[in-house]
Amino acid sequence: MTVLADLPTYDEALAVYEPVIGLETHVELGTESKMFCGCPTAFGAEPNTQVCPVCLGLPGALPVVNEAAIRYTVMIGLALNCTIVPWSRFARKNYFYPDMPKDFQISQYDEPLCVNGWLDVDVDGQTHRVGITRVHMEEDTGKSLHVGGSTGRIQGATHSLVDYNRAGIPLVEIVTEPDVRSPEVARAYVEELRELCRALGISDVRMEQGSLRCDANVSLRRRPATPDGPENPFGTRTETKNLNSLRSVERAVRYEISRQASRLSAGERIVQETRHFDEGAGVTSAGRSKEEATDYRYFPEPDLAPVALSREFVEAVRATLPESPAQRRTRLTGDYGYTLTDIANLRGAGVLDLVEQTVTAGATPEAARKWWLNELARRASDAEIPPSQLAVTPADVARVATLIAAGELTDALARKVIDGVLAGEGGPDAVIEARGLKVVSDTGALDAAADAAIAGAPAIAEKVRGGKVAAVGPLVGAVMKAMKGQADAGAVRALLLEKLGVS
Amino acid sequence: MAITRDEVANLARLARMALSGDELDHLAPQLDVILGSVARVAEVAAADIPPTSHAVPLTNVFRSDLIRPCLSQADALAGAPATEDGRFRVPRILDPED
Ligand SMILES: [Zn+2]
Repeated sequence: MTVLADLPTYDEALAVYEPVIGLETHVELGTESKMFCGCPTAFGAEPNTQVCPVCLGLPGALPVVNEAAIRYTVMIGLALNCTIVPWSRFARKNYFYPDMPKDFQISQYDEPLCVNGWLDVDVDGQTHRVGITRVHMEEDTGKSLHVGGSTGRIQGATHSLVDYNRAGIPLVEIVTEPDVRSPEVARAYVEELRELCRALGISDVRMEQGSLRCDANVSLRRRPATPDGPENPFGTRTETKNLNSLRSVERAVRYEISRQASRLSAGERIVQETRHFDEGAGVTSAGRSKEEATDYRYFPEPDLAPVALSREFVEAVRATLPESPAQRRTRLTGDYGYTLTDIANLRGAGVLDLVEQTVTAGATPEAARKWWLNELARRASDAEIPPSQLAVTPADVARVATLIAAGELTDALARKVIDGVLAGEGGPDAVIEARGLKVVSDTGALDAAADAAIAGAPAIAEKVRGGKVAAVGPLVGAVMKAMKGQADAGAVRALLLEKLGVS
Repeated sequence: MAITRDEVANLARLARMALSGDELDHLAPQLDVILGSVARVAEVAAADIPPTSHAVPLTNVFRSDLIRPCLSQADALAGAPATEDGRFRVPRILDPED
């Protein structure tokens, strides 16, 4: 055992070793029905109520491929710049584990549907191209609850309970080349892949519900002895399974780098094994110690005909591809003048689509960004709903922004208009009308209020006249109060200064 | 190409079949004869005949993405040796020493 004091720091590990990382990501496709039968795929149903003879593997049941699952997989393949092969077959992966009632999983082996693609990933302004080895189809497994052990772990359990609702839901597995060199790029890759699948509309990609999960293969190799020396061969890799958040991907890879570096520095070997990441402790631990080299005895699935997609089919799918997240970023940085950080923030707040719709409805990109990111995202979070469920539409926000730009609303008044819209009092114009919220541009009323304010505070007025422009604040406040907030503070300030002869 | 007794023992293990030494002695040579007979079929195939995995020359047999009725939970579990909380109850998966 390596003692803790010998653990190199992460930076020390990186100075000596280069991490080599490959990722296998499973994405549950958002089809209505399962991969090979008509059972629904909805999440959260009572156990074993979305099952039939096919997905329970009952004798005599025959699978038939869901056409939408094929189409979705081709969409992913094309969006990842893959070749869609002209000939592809399903294969049986044989293993005994209660999560598959057939004692085999229908998957793809040496004839995946999509091969040889890539995905570009941006980290800190640098682009990393991650090669895609293959995209293949398979069916998801059932869900096991382990009973009798501690905290539901399989170790020490007395028995397990299986729900097959998830068994047979279409999955795609996306396998990268060992191209990734850092935990940050690994995380960014999974995030970009998630956004891509979301943009394609082929999955709800909810990592916390397991509809997107990731396995990380990590190995280390010594850096070349001299900067331009030859690269060393890859080291032995471990596979950390079922990472179910972006943060876990980064943390687990980072932990594996430190762990492997400490072993190698101590002259020990890396054991090729499956590892599990403990979110709470932030560490990975070895899977079954007695695990033997797995022999799945793959063979072509006799119950399913080969898939031989025509060029016409593939091109028809290509024609339906929506804009990719990368294309969208290029468009928004160009047309809207947003930075990549702006876009990441808007995406993070769940308002990017809403902002675009608001701009389309007539707001400037800057106004749309500010309103959704600051005011509206906050209100949605207060109400604990996604921003898209707020009772204010992009058209409403665009109208409010237009009125501000025209000087007919102040920011403060606009917030009151939004209050009214959110309270169900109608659109912005109806709320303005009902609540009487327009900026008063009646110069007579403003003049009178300004004169009254100056007369009411002669000492302050004198200070301002004497050149202390900053002292005008209380006078502005008095006028705004007299106007019930329905004046533009900047305009009031200018008017007061003009009257006091210091403008 | 002969199949060895060790290979048959490994296949039996992968298939979760508990074969005794006597049974292996008896079955391994038989399996070897069967494989030899099947291999003769390959001698008939000329170089221009591709290997085939399916008896019928079909491709792209798809169904539309439509939901069909499922079994009820009771029916789904009806054939299970043991159930608990609407789920299939299965024996412990890992041995205690794992
Ligand atoms: Zn089914």
